[in-house]
Amino acid sequence: MSAAELTQITSVAAPRRIRSRFLRSELRLIFGRRRNQLALTVLGLPPLAIAIAVRTSLSQPGSEAPTFFSSIAGNGLFVALAALTVEMAMLLPLATSIVSGDSVAGEANSGTLRYLLTVPVGRLRLLFVKYAGIAVFALAATLVVALTGVLIGVILFGGGSMTLLSGNQIGSASGLVRVIGAALYLGAGMAALGAVGLFLSTLTEQPIAAALVTMVFSAGSLIMDQIPQLGALHPYLLVDHWSSFSDLFRYPILWTGVLHGLYVDLAYVVIAFLAAWARFSVKDITS
Amino acid sequence: MTDDAVHAIATSGLTKRFGSQVAVDAIDLAVPTGAVYGFLGPNGSGKTTTIRMLLGLVMPTAGSFRVLGEEQATLTAALPRVGALVEGPAFHLYLSGRANLRRLDAADRYADPATARRRIDAALDRVGLLAAADKRFRAYSLGMRQRLAIAAALLTPKDLLVLDEPTNGLDPQGTREVRHLVSSLADDGTTVLVSSHLLSEIEQMCSHVGVMHVGRMLKQGTVAEVTRGVHPLARLETPDPAAAVPVLQGLGLTEVRIEGHVVVGELGAVPPEKVVAACVHAGLDVTGFAVAAPSLEDTFVALTGEGFDVSG
Repeated sequence: MSAAELTQITSVAAPRRIRSRFLRSELRLIFGRRRNQLALTVLGLPPLAIAIAVRTSLSQPGSEAPTFFSSIAGNGLFVALAALTVEMAMLLPLATSIVSGDSVAGEANSGTLRYLLTVPVGRLRLLFVKYAGIAVFALAATLVVALTGVLIGVILFGGGSMTLLSGNQIGSASGLVRVIGAALYLGAGMAALGAVGLFLSTLTEQPIAAALVTMVFSAGSLIMDQIPQLGALHPYLLVDHWSSFSDLFRYPILWTGVLHGLYVDLAYVVIAFLAAWARFSVKDITS
Repeated sequence: MTDDAVHAIATSGLTKRFGSQVAVDAIDLAVPTGAVYGFLGPNGSGKTTTIRMLLGLVMPTAGSFRVLGEEQATLTAALPRVGALVEGPAFHLYLSGRANLRRLDAADRYADPATARRRIDAALDRVGLLAAADKRFRAYSLGMRQRLAIAAALLTPKDLLVLDEPTNGLDPQGTREVRHLVSSLADDGTTVLVSSHLLSEIEQMCSHVGVMHVGRMLKQGTVAEVTRGVHPLARLETPDPAAAVPVLQGLGLTEVRIEGHVVVGELGAVPPEKVVAACVHAGLDVTGFAVAAPSLEDTFVALTGEGFDVSG
């Protein structure tokens, strides 16, 4: 095919309004990557382990067992909540850190960043698409945990009406909606952590370094959150309200903690994204 | 600033400092529209940094530039019409060649998704990579990677191609193909800026050259203009070279020296035909006479020195 023929099929016109093509490409890149598929698979293991362990143990968890565990035998949906509680501190932040730390630094490290920018992809547009990909992955990660939990829980323990932490009973459909709501709430928290990862990812060409520091940020926040003397800081810590998703399983729902958590998430996203933009917009791409 | 219609690339005092290191020192690059411009210079002379500034990857410390008429602030309006190969190929290792091109095309807001498949196949075909299109990039040889990078620059029609070392890693056949590709693109009216260390290559492809050294532009212009400053050598073969030396010096040749049976001297402004006449007139037997036009390599070495060191 000659260049003249090429010119006939395409002409350089105004930029197209359709914006989703690059985002879809980004999502294919994230979810098509074996490392990330493996991470999602690993995230699905704890709910299976919890359900099988509770099912096969002779003595069922008593009232002294952690929140949600004691309720599993009564309704399988609680497997999802127990799994979210277990993975909240370590596995979910780890998966989010890896993907967000890789976002810009990974492209810089492989040199693909210079080719994306000369396509051209505007730097702000690149950050938006990268962050959208991170946020979708964060939500997918928490949904994988919750839905695997729901599935194995219902198979092993059955569904039916759900007894809330406050003692009230709700229907199974309403219970499922609340479980998904809990997963999305925690997903928003992970997406906020992902914004921190995006910022750190603009600082280096080493994706592992960015992922590691993001993980340290998350772990450090958890540690600070457990030191009572730092109580004044707690409301500003990203992780402080993550466990508030359990408030969705009371009657009436305690919205205070959840809303506070969402505000903190939003503040982190805005600040971290602006920091990433401030850094990335003027960065010399020498990789 | 130079006229935009005449120049696809024009820079004015373009400078880049990294800390205390001056990578590019106030260069005035002028690439005429339609030219094939050979960008020469030893390793570390600032060619790649200049190219990165022209593509908006690196911010200039001082000076200004225009690419296809757009200044730095509006560069993204010009970039869709610029194809670039910067410092070697870079793609996602675990994606196939075709999937990598699909990703770059997806990122291009100006590219038509409806024709993406056809354009990608046409670009792969053009660099002879269609048969290996579905292999993972990881499995590609250096030559195949280089071809894929060139294919990426050809996904949509371009007015300007910036090719940094396009023949690096290619076998002689691939090198020839790239040369033909550049010529055919140039024939279609595409302006090409190509950097290379292979001087004979540049000499065969380019209409214009610019020579960089330690961040400065030493010389630029058409190939003839750049090589003009270097004097052609006259080589006179005679059984009695020692007797010929004063004759040649008397004519005005410089750097006259004896190499076996041959007397060599820089011709300067002396017309070649006068040399033989003068020798015969002086009673010398002339068995051979040749004038060697300066090659681009002679010019390059004359300008940047013989040394093998990279520019600090």
